[in-house]
Amino acid sequence: MSTDLLEQVSGHFNYWMAVILMMVGLYVVLSRHNLIKKLVGLNIFQTSVFILYVSMGKIHGGIAPIYVEGVTEQPVFSNPVPHVLMLTAIVVGIATTALGLSLVVLIKKTFNTIEEDEIQASLDKKRRKP
Amino acid sequence: MEMMFNVILLIMLLLTAIGLVRKRSLFAVVMLSGIYSLLSATLFIALDAVDVAFTEAAVGAGISTVLMLGTLALTTRDEEETPPKGGILPLLVVMVTGSALLYATIDMPNFGDPMAPIHHFMAPHYVEHSGVETGIPNIVTSVLASYRGYDTMGETTVILTATIGILAILGRGRKRPKKLPHRKANTP
Repeated sequence: MSTDLLEQVSGHFNYWMAVILMMVGLYVVLSRHNLIKKLVGLNIFQTSVFILYVSMGKIHGGIAPIYVEGVTEQPVFSNPVPHVLMLTAIVVGIATTALGLSLVVLIKKTFNTIEEDEIQASLDKKRRKP
Repeated sequence: MEMMFNVILLIMLLLTAIGLVRKRSLFAVVMLSGIYSLLSATLFIALDAVDVAFTEAAVGAGISTVLMLGTLALTTRDEEETPPKGGILPLLVVMVTGSALLYATIDMPNFGDPMAPIHHFMAPHYVEHSGVETGIPNIVTSVLASYRGYDTMGETTVILTATIGILAILGRGRKRPKKLPHRKANTP
């Protein structure tokens, strides 16, 4: 029973930490008013997804998936497919972050603040006196 | 040893993330996010994903941090001291979602298990044949650029779209002041 539990913990620790990090990111996105902080939270969320995927591709005793020259019997490689998917995700992630940051700059120009509650307040004020 | 390194890095990542939630100075937050990216890049090396690691180090810790610092220069340096939005609701949402996801991981195969289903579909083909079929020693590169070339093209389209969007957003309002004096000069 206790060895089962130990195996369960050591076998799933990476996935659990990925989920916890994901939730920290989600908490920042949901609870903070500041738009830049929200984007940083989104980055944490995203990186935790990379950790989840790359952890799934790992094989015990495996090495990075690059062929070893001058060997007839190739060693065990970790799974390259999650790596490829995450490479694409990183690049798409920086594109969305950059777009989000440029929107933040535009919001600062328009409302003179990047705090969500203040933006909402100034919108309400505009609506009351048209 | 491998596992210990893994665990230490994950705990350091968690501590960085918690520090990031608590800090109010946005400059510190951006710097911590750079550290977070660099730590995760180190973790990716421990997990054999060297290509992901150097991309994360260059893009996540490098470009992303620079872009955020640029935004800070154009906006503000500090987050205002307001209580969290929506009271206890975000914490509740996070708890419920987190427990659902944790429950879902219990069914997953163990970490590093070579018998996991993920290692028995498509991956064996790439590992065994990609060297002969594409002539590239790095399997990740051959999958990215050759077998899944169309995906990579789609990714490039995403970057192009984002660039057009950023130019449309930030380019706005910059041209107008330049045009105005020009028009005035033309009208008698």
